[in-house]
Amino acid sequence: MAVSIVVNGGEYESQSAPDTPLLWVLRDEFGLTGTKFGCGVAACGACTVHVGGEARRSCQVSLGDVDGPVTTIEGLGSQEALSAVQTAWIDNQVAQCGYCQAGQQMQAASLLAQNPSPTDRDIDEAMNGNLCRCGTYPRIRAAIHAAAAALSTEA
Amino acid sequence: MGRVAKIARRTFLIGSVAVTGGVAFGVYKFVEGAPNPLQSGEGSVSLNAFVVITDEGVTLVSPKAEMGQGVHTTWAALIAEELDVDWKDITVIHGPPAKAYYNSALFGMALPFTDYKVNDFQQAMRKLAGNGAKLLSLQMTGGSTSMRDGFERMRLAGATAREVLKRVAANRMGFKPDELETRNAMVIGPDGQSLTYQELASEAAEINPPKVELRDPSTWRYLGKTLPRVDMEDKITGKATYSIDVVLEGMKFAAVRMSPKRQGMRRYDASAAKAMYGVDGVLDMGEGVAVIADNTWIAMQAVEAIDIDWEPAIYPETTEGLMDEVAAAFNAAPSTIGRDDGKVDDDHPGTEISAEYSVPFLAHATMEPMNATALYTEDALTVWCGNQSPTAIQSACAAEIGLDPDRVTVNTTVMGGGFGRRGEADAAILAARIAKKRPGMPIKLTWSREEDMRRDFYRPAAMARMRGVVNDGQPIAVDVSFAATSVILQTMARPALAPWTREQAVLSGSDPEGLSGAHDQPYSIPNYRVRGHLVSSPLPIGYWRAVGASFGGFFFDSFIDEMAHAAGRDPLAFRVDMAREEHGPSAKVLETVGEMSNWSQARADGRALGVGFTYSFGSPVAQVVEVVQEAAGIRIANVWIATDVGIALDPGNIEAQMTGGCLFGLSAAVMGEITFSDGEAEQSNFYDYDALRMASSPAFEVQILENATYLGGVGEIGTPPAAPALGNALFALTGQRVRKLPFNRDFTFV
Repeated sequence: MAVSIVVNGGEYESQSAPDTPLLWVLRDEFGLTGTKFGCGVAACGACTVHVGGEARRSCQVSLGDVDGPVTTIEGLGSQEALSAVQTAWIDNQVAQCGYCQAGQQMQAASLLAQNPSPTDRDIDEAMNGNLCRCGTYPRIRAAIHAAAAALSTEA
Repeated sequence: MGRVAKIARRTFLIGSVAVTGGVAFGVYKFVEGAPNPLQSGEGSVSLNAFVVITDEGVTLVSPKAEMGQGVHTTWAALIAEELDVDWKDITVIHGPPAKAYYNSALFGMALPFTDYKVNDFQQAMRKLAGNGAKLLSLQMTGGSTSMRDGFERMRLAGATAREVLKRVAANRMGFKPDELETRNAMVIGPDGQSLTYQELASEAAEINPPKVELRDPSTWRYLGKTLPRVDMEDKITGKATYSIDVVLEGMKFAAVRMSPKRQGMRRYDASAAKAMYGVDGVLDMGEGVAVIADNTWIAMQAVEAIDIDWEPAIYPETTEGLMDEVAAAFNAAPSTIGRDDGKVDDDHPGTEISAEYSVPFLAHATMEPMNATALYTEDALTVWCGNQSPTAIQSACAAEIGLDPDRVTVNTTVMGGGFGRRGEADAAILAARIAKKRPGMPIKLTWSREEDMRRDFYRPAAMARMRGVVNDGQPIAVDVSFAATSVILQTMARPALAPWTREQAVLSGSDPEGLSGAHDQPYSIPNYRVRGHLVSSPLPIGYWRAVGASFGGFFFDSFIDEMAHAAGRDPLAFRVDMAREEHGPSAKVLETVGEMSNWSQARADGRALGVGFTYSFGSPVAQVVEVVQEAAGIRIANVWIATDVGIALDPGNIEAQMTGGCLFGLSAAVMGEITFSDGEAEQSNFYDYDALRMASSPAFEVQILENATYLGGVGEIGTPPAAPALGNALFALTGQRVRKLPFNRDFTFV
């Protein structure tokens, strides 16, 4: 039986079993490969997406439990109008291998939605579940502060 | 990066190495006998291909694999500096496997020269040795060699392309070539008329490149400056295609479970897996099993549901047994002597100290788990795989499948981390074997994190026995003995890495990597000996960021710290004094990190500094770590880093590599450890093999100096000094000298 979900504003139909993790529906069935597989056990944050506006590890959300619209890195901004987080990430030249950065940005966007001017301590708490093996943390921190500043100017 | 990027990349990703409509230029004098891989069918044309002019712009071809180190950006800057194209108009793609893309620096670095003292003659010898890589078509991204490989070659590639374009333009315009200027991919005449590179390209490709002079560094526009990375926007928007993201029509998904004991299977029962929804097939892979399914998750679930009785391991089954094997190597005569200055064995008056150090096995744990996609048809194989050695992947897959190498196409993608792990061909070979059983069906093989962890080629465990004598505040003698499995010797037996490592061993006459971080340090110590004892273990080990220096740097620099304390000297001044006579740039790096960290100023109670220094891959790096005792544990609060890479081609990228390399080393030092029981790695995922995270990451300051004579490496050099700097800081804080990693066995960190 097909399951309908909304991803990045579009309607998608999945033929996968309802217990299939959202991560694999996005990647293997819908071809939305911007969301990455890192560990499969919510230990690295690489698969972070927004479900109903909230950051979730998509490897731990079953297709049948998706209870709101899904946003992935492909829907965070667009090539024409990048999100504030993405702009800050580029301005600060954050990525090295880049593999964890979709998850990092989705987590950071969720943090900024809840807390428009996070302290270093807030950033530590919100971002600690997102692993980066290249060690880009100093630039991630700088980019989050920059995105917060940009958003406050906009508002 | 406009639409050209997409076109070129897509063309490349579907397996066509010819950039349609493109004209390629190269440097004939460097590549004589190496056909241009971008013009298939025209192999007799003695042109290489680093520069492709397409109808839409300029595409630069990098044989160097981008694993996060920024090589595509600086490689492109080397070419663009001479070619005169706008940064925003440049596209960079991975080159296909080809002889023309050999690494000219790798073999030279294996010659047994004392790197920090290399003279012009030895530097010329290194260049000659580089030709060996051409003969072997060795296309390898590793050993921190990319800039040393490309620094001259790629500027020449850009310059020769520019000059042939100018010659065509000169004919058409009726001027002499040296009356013309080039700018924004156009040749401009003295009268203001201009011709685009596109208009000139076809004719220009017919001209033999003239001898060219490289531009003076004082005129550089791109080199020496921080440039926006060419891969940044795609990585930030989710568009970058790692091999795990390759999507092909009709593709199926596979998972494997190969023996965690690295032997075969006695028997297995796959009935439960075969009955699972979405499972397409279970394959006997000899040393394990594979499942093909409708999606990766089903394949991973199914492969774990197979009941397998494994053959036992042929190496000691526990960590204790494996470490006993390492220690036992000290009983045999040394196999390598890396340095033997003075007379270490003589009776030297003074204070003698001795110590034993050890480090554990480590996993690479790249963020992108091992994976590869393969499509087999009756007479050809196409592989998509992020990898550090396309020619090796090609030949290894060809041998495994029984095809000629020229029937195997390798598409190299960006990598979600490499750290040495992606020089191995194992994932590509497995994908090829699975694909061979399903002709015409593209198969994407993705390893679970657990498979990635238990089937790694680990950084070898190692031990060191150190003896030192100090007298009157001076170092008199240091006697170093290491014991470890040789990465070079073991990888010689593996098809992908054999050509490289065999040549390295022949050139150096030994295992130079195994003693690095110790025998090659720029210190004047009158009696200074470093010897290696070979451990012969079949437990799979491999190249891990900084290789031997990843442990050699910890052993040696920590013990130097002990000697400084035994001599009653300031640890930083003690090092500076030893370096000053031997290698000025290293002394300067140490002094600089002292100034940056305000080393001489006493810290408040509960705070302490430690310094670490390692010269590796052609560059000295000094780091000062500040640790703070908090109520819940010790915090690594600040790290200051100074390095000297000769010429800082892209300071922003070097800074990123310094902080990233240091965090990689700190993670291993604090918590990195692979242990064994029952012949299997006990760690399986990030919850038991973790790394530093945002909250535990220190603040950094980096300074890059340019006093060294030759260009040095960047990608690995930040890692080796991290562990000793931290250990020395912990000693300064607590008075406890811990000689066995990881440190979290003895200290609690926050």
